[in-house]
Amino acid sequence: MSLLLETKGLTRIYGGLRAVDGVDYTLAKGEIHALIGPNGAGKSTFVGMVSGRIPASEGEVWFEGQNITALPAHTRIRQGMAYTFQITAIYARLSLFDNVALALGRQDRTDVLGALDRVGLADRAMQTAGDLAYGHQRLLEIAMGVAQAPRLLILDEPTQGLAESEIEGFNTLIRSLAGDTTILLIEHNMQVVMALADEITVLDAGKILARGTPQDIHANADVQNAYLGTG
Amino acid sequence: MDFGPHLLLAILEGAVGAAVLALTALGLSLVFGVMRVVNVAHGEFFMLGAVVAWFIASPIAGHPAIGFVAALALAPLVAGAIAVVVDRFVLKEVEYDPEATIVGTIGVLYIIQQSALMIYGPEARPVEPPFNHRIALPWFEWGETGLEFYYPWGLSTTSYKLFVIVAAIGILLAFWVIMSRTRLGLIMRATQLDRETALAFGIPVQRVYSIVFGFGAALAALAAVLIVPIQQAHYLMGHDPLLLSFIVVIIGGLGSVRGTVVAALLIGMSDGIISVFLSPTLSKILATLLVALVLVFRPQGLYGKKMA
Amino acid sequence: MTVDTRSVLLHLGLIALLIVLGLVLPTYHQGNLARILVLATYAIGFNVLFGYTGLLSLGHAMFFAAGMYGCGLAMHLGGWPVLSALGAGIIAAAVLSLIVALLALRTIGVAFMIVTLMFAQAFFLTALYLGEWTGGDEGFVIAQASRQIAGFALTDPLTRFFAALAVFSVALLITARMMHLPFGRVLIGVRENEERTRMLGYDTFRHKLLAVIISGTISGGAGAAYAVLFGYVGATFASVQYSIFPLLWVLLGGMGTTIGPLIGVAFMFYLIDYASGLTNAYLLIVGAALVLLTLFARAGIVGEIRKRWVPWLP
Repeated sequence: MSLLLETKGLTRIYGGLRAVDGVDYTLAKGEIHALIGPNGAGKSTFVGMVSGRIPASEGEVWFEGQNITALPAHTRIRQGMAYTFQITAIYARLSLFDNVALALGRQDRTDVLGALDRVGLADRAMQTAGDLAYGHQRLLEIAMGVAQAPRLLILDEPTQGLAESEIEGFNTLIRSLAGDTTILLIEHNMQVVMALADEITVLDAGKILARGTPQDIHANADVQNAYLGTG
Repeated sequence: MDFGPHLLLAILEGAVGAAVLALTALGLSLVFGVMRVVNVAHGEFFMLGAVVAWFIASPIAGHPAIGFVAALALAPLVAGAIAVVVDRFVLKEVEYDPEATIVGTIGVLYIIQQSALMIYGPEARPVEPPFNHRIALPWFEWGETGLEFYYPWGLSTTSYKLFVIVAAIGILLAFWVIMSRTRLGLIMRATQLDRETALAFGIPVQRVYSIVFGFGAALAALAAVLIVPIQQAHYLMGHDPLLLSFIVVIIGGLGSVRGTVVAALLIGMSDGIISVFLSPTLSKILATLLVALVLVFRPQGLYGKKMA
Repeated sequence: MTVDTRSVLLHLGLIALLIVLGLVLPTYHQGNLARILVLATYAIGFNVLFGYTGLLSLGHAMFFAAGMYGCGLAMHLGGWPVLSALGAGIIAAAVLSLIVALLALRTIGVAFMIVTLMFAQAFFLTALYLGEWTGGDEGFVIAQASRQIAGFALTDPLTRFFAALAVFSVALLITARMMHLPFGRVLIGVRENEERTRMLGYDTFRHKLLAVIISGTISGGAGAAYAVLFGYVGATFASVQYSIFPLLWVLLGGMGTTIGPLIGVAFMFYLIDYASGLTNAYLLIVGAALVLLTLFARAGIVGEIRKRWVPWLP
């Protein structure tokens, strides 16, 4: 299988602290990959550097066989990445329609409504996004990521604040994307991880602690100690 | 006059300007440091100090020192009180939002300035200095008998100008003592460091803000009372101090007292000196461009924090 | 009827209404309205940056004045005909806004406001310093005979009114159209949440750069038109006051609305006109309006109407 994303020695230093410390990572095309680890393990910083939001202190990011380390975030997004924020970052004062239209880059009515329909929000297209319930705002954020039709979709804790029934819908949506879209998912909810991920990487203190299938990770004693055992 | 005596004169004039500027800019810097807002009406509080000083001093008969001392005591109080009202009814209402505060204080600027025009009128009027002796200054040159002192024509200052410099230094020291040695100073510094924690420790942040805003305005008014015997009171006189204070506070680093004083000396002196030799307009053009470029390329100033 | 049709009808209807007003109003108000239309063009330019992109410049007078001096000096000293002089003014403003944008956009928020204020102050002082050519504070008058296009004298009240209306209409229709295009929607995205917009793949710096240039150029066009139509050029138009006015007009009329700038200018113009008959401290009105707007109606007149009754207003 060919690689979509690769990082080599990716490092981010805040003050003296190595929040992400020399991470070598690969992601194959079409995979759903979950990134887990305790709070402060450097997960968000890592995907921040992949997407270009956060500049890397050291190391390289390769996307589709091209070194993109020097490219600004918006260029990386244009090349086929999409990024959803951990803390909901929608346009609160604009309508859902306008939110998705900005993500699409065009105001095509059918496409916008289609994208909203995938998260079940099409009937609310003209509402102001900020008036939505929190769970719906998360879904809108996901819809904006999906609408970009990215090759790599980075989701930072997408199910946080979603109700059980909404999580079910989310899982279905992500499965329907699999194949065309490669998905890198930061997730705390282990049920979601186990249900979706082809493969899991565990980050701890800025380094990769383990990597494997959900079954491997579940059985891994180090991971139990570092992360799963605590919860 | 030769170049040497001319330069000495320029330095003296510059020092008077720098002294007054340091006080005015300190007020602006204090408000920004503690409250994180820019008070665009700051120059109008300066103007208020001068205009109120005239209203207080002119009807008082007898020795001019009586009126001057009364103005020195009362004018900053009046300006401070008006500032507290502005804080309560404008700044607090917009919740100290930085941009809304700028627009709001632009409005306050016009209200104060135009009210002064209505009440005080468009004339420029002086306040009599409490004392004003001409002091001739000596200059030296190498003569046949070695170092010779003489009094060049035109090289002189007044006792009042020297008083302004000394008074400003005294006030700056007092300010430093208040900030570093008193409970009020401690509370202000705590609020400056972290508003939320200060609230959690039971500091009445809202009242501190009012005091700081009033105190900042009072400093500007005090500076104006000191300068009004030299400069005359006029309803548009707030414009230049505002601009120069901005320059000083930005060059010095926002919220940094040390930086503000150093920058006030730098700007005040160079403004005074350059104006003697160059066109004042040209020196102002250079100063404003310098400030804009400092903000663009070195936003933290000489000392202090970045403005965001 | 779709939103698009409604907004086209609104703008064309407004222009039709202004044509009728121009024909029926007595000369005094016709002259006022011509001035209002040129100043509203300036406000439209300011609104592109402040209302739609969310960047508050406190130095827009430098762009207005760059257009005014560029055009005025070309006619006064260079003896250029009106149309080429207008072009010179617009180019002067465009170049200045490019330079200012490249420097000022390195800062954000309050620092951006102060940097633009300082650049404008430097511009104003330079205009005074070069008094030999600019006439400094007193300014200069452009010869009446030269103020004509193809035989139409712009000194004639009715011709002048229609020239002002043409300038205003061009600016209004350009911005209204622009805010419908993806480019304009991205500007709104920058205003609402710049980081999110960047992470949707938009080069937000380039968009802000273009917004400053478009805004500055429209403002400069207004300044150039003012010089030609009213025949006077002076440093007052570069002063801080003329940077504050468009902020006031746009806040009053409604930031981020297409017709707000015109409403704001018209309202303020007649308010000041009335107040200056009562007192020489008429700028008090400006101060009171700014404070009241900050406190009670940050959306402005058109913005409040949109919020309460007519949500589709562009």
